[in-house]
Amino acid sequence: MVRTGGGLLVSLAVIVGGILLASLRVNLYFYFAGYVVLQYVVVATAWNILGGYAGYVNFGTSAFFALGAYTAIFLIEAFRAPLPVLILAGGLVSGLLGLGIGYLTLRLKGVFFSIATLALSVVLQTLIMNWDYVGGAKGVTVIRPGSPLFGNWVRLLFTVMVGLAVAAVTVAWIIERSWVGRGLRALRDSEEAAECMGVPTLRLKLFATTISGFLLGVAGAPFPYYVTYVEPSSAFNLDYAVNALAMPMIGGTTTWIGPVIGAVLLGTAQQVATVTISSELNLLIVGVVLVAFVVLAPEGIVGLVRRPRGR
Amino acid sequence: MVGGRLEVEGLTKRFGGFTALNGVSLDVKSGERFGLIGPNGSGKTTLINCVSGALSTDGGRIRFEGRDITAIPAHQRTRLGVVRSFQIPKPFISMTVLENLVIPLEYAAGARAERADCAAEAMDILRTIGLESKAHTRPAGLTQIEMRKLELARAMAAKPKLLISDEAMAGLSSGEVDDILTILFRLNERGITIIMIEHIMRAVMRFSERIIVLDAGEPIAEGTPNEIVRNSAVEKAYLGE
Ligand SMILES: Nc1ncnc2c1ncn2[C@@H]1O[C@H](COP(=O)(O)OP(=O)(O)O)[C@@H](O)[C@H]1O
Ligand SMILES: [Mg+2]
Repeated sequence: MVRTGGGLLVSLAVIVGGILLASLRVNLYFYFAGYVVLQYVVVATAWNILGGYAGYVNFGTSAFFALGAYTAIFLIEAFRAPLPVLILAGGLVSGLLGLGIGYLTLRLKGVFFSIATLALSVVLQTLIMNWDYVGGAKGVTVIRPGSPLFGNWVRLLFTVMVGLAVAAVTVAWIIERSWVGRGLRALRDSEEAAECMGVPTLRLKLFATTISGFLLGVAGAPFPYYVTYVEPSSAFNLDYAVNALAMPMIGGTTTWIGPVIGAVLLGTAQQVATVTISSELNLLIVGVVLVAFVVLAPEGIVGLVRRPRGR
Repeated sequence: MVGGRLEVEGLTKRFGGFTALNGVSLDVKSGERFGLIGPNGSGKTTLINCVSGALSTDGGRIRFEGRDITAIPAHQRTRLGVVRSFQIPKPFISMTVLENLVIPLEYAAGARAERADCAAEAMDILRTIGLESKAHTRPAGLTQIEMRKLELARAMAAKPKLLISDEAMAGLSSGEVDDILTILFRLNERGITIIMIEHIMRAVMRFSERIIVLDAGEPIAEGTPNEIVRNSAVEKAYLGE
């Protein structure tokens, strides 16, 4: 209970800090870049609930992110729905897709599951490209409603993303410490043994895929207002799929802090590289760092810190 | 008070065109020590997989304490008291030995108790089985006998009424075999029904009150250890013509 109280305080402090940051009138670029890093905190944390805790590697993160974004676009086009509604709806629709891939785990394990999620991403992108109402292949321009909080959309979106990041990490933190987290860990180690030891593996997997999908959709929902012009190739960008996997692996997949560390480090590095060198370099950076970690520190930074002298 | 009666009726299991179990029936009574033997590939593990729910069946009925469990998921069978150990140990490798036991205590042994209680109870089980010194190590650091003991300890933590032990003694020295036998005898004295699958004849013969022999997916003999030893069909199955 003391620890839960402490966690709550930290969360509040981060959110208040975020609001304060947003009201500081530093260079707008700071919020613009900060948004992306925070968005990756949500994405990496969401991916890790399924990939790290349950051991099901999702290659189709882009699909869930984009589904959140396109749900928002649809609701903006159709109803001019307010931002909180967009976020909730984006989460729900992607959560539903998550539930769907949860049932795939009945038949597909390991790399076959991963390939199926990749295929899903391709199928979904093709569908969106042919749906003209949300812009089809040529994309859609989203008009931001006037006079937002904090006097500026970028600052508002930054603050919202601070809140979403805190929420996502809190969810991961709670799962990790609950019987659900222990059950997921058991099924990651051996699904057969877990089931035989009384763990309702299917129910837990459905829970993990749904929550993970929900949070990915949540991360994607504010995206249209952030970029104001969305096309399928930006919403379904491979960057999301690669980063979602690389960030937790670099930070460490077994605890909530791993994806946060990975997202902050890699996300920041990419933002810096985008400004100083070129955005084309991003995936290359990720690739090199990821390979280095897989070979030298398979348990990520968290593993390095816990066991400084290795084994 | 003892429960754990298992009735299997006409159980059939096919893998593609291959029939691994062909109408197997058996009736294990409450509190019984039951032996299941047969040459390699005769379908013993498959039978256990069907009973525990790891595999679906292609025919027949499985009843536990009078209740039809043929179609319910494996984790629910475990909660009812049907618990198996694996021939090839499948420990939770990212957890300590103690944490391995907390999973079934938390999930199978009923009411999600406080974690502290689970840990204390897990420690008790490890003590009974002689694994308490390894409580905080990972399974990767265990010897073969310790791994087998962990497999049994974890099954015990699920609070079985019927414990199915799949070749828990393979590859162990004769002293170690006696160790495991002692543990199983003690569990049986507490009222747990036990099905032992074993290749080590000395162990099955000593342990079992009744034995069934499988060959190519069909029961070929059933009886007391003495009757089985004298049965010519069994001899043929094991030694060939
Ligand atoms: N999952 C499976 N798929 C296909 N064949 C299997 C499978 N499991 C077992 N078998 C086959 O069924 C037969 C019985 O195997 P098994 O039950 O493991 O025998 P035992 O435990 O008595 O040695 C063997 O011929 C084996 O090859
Ligand atoms: Mg076998």
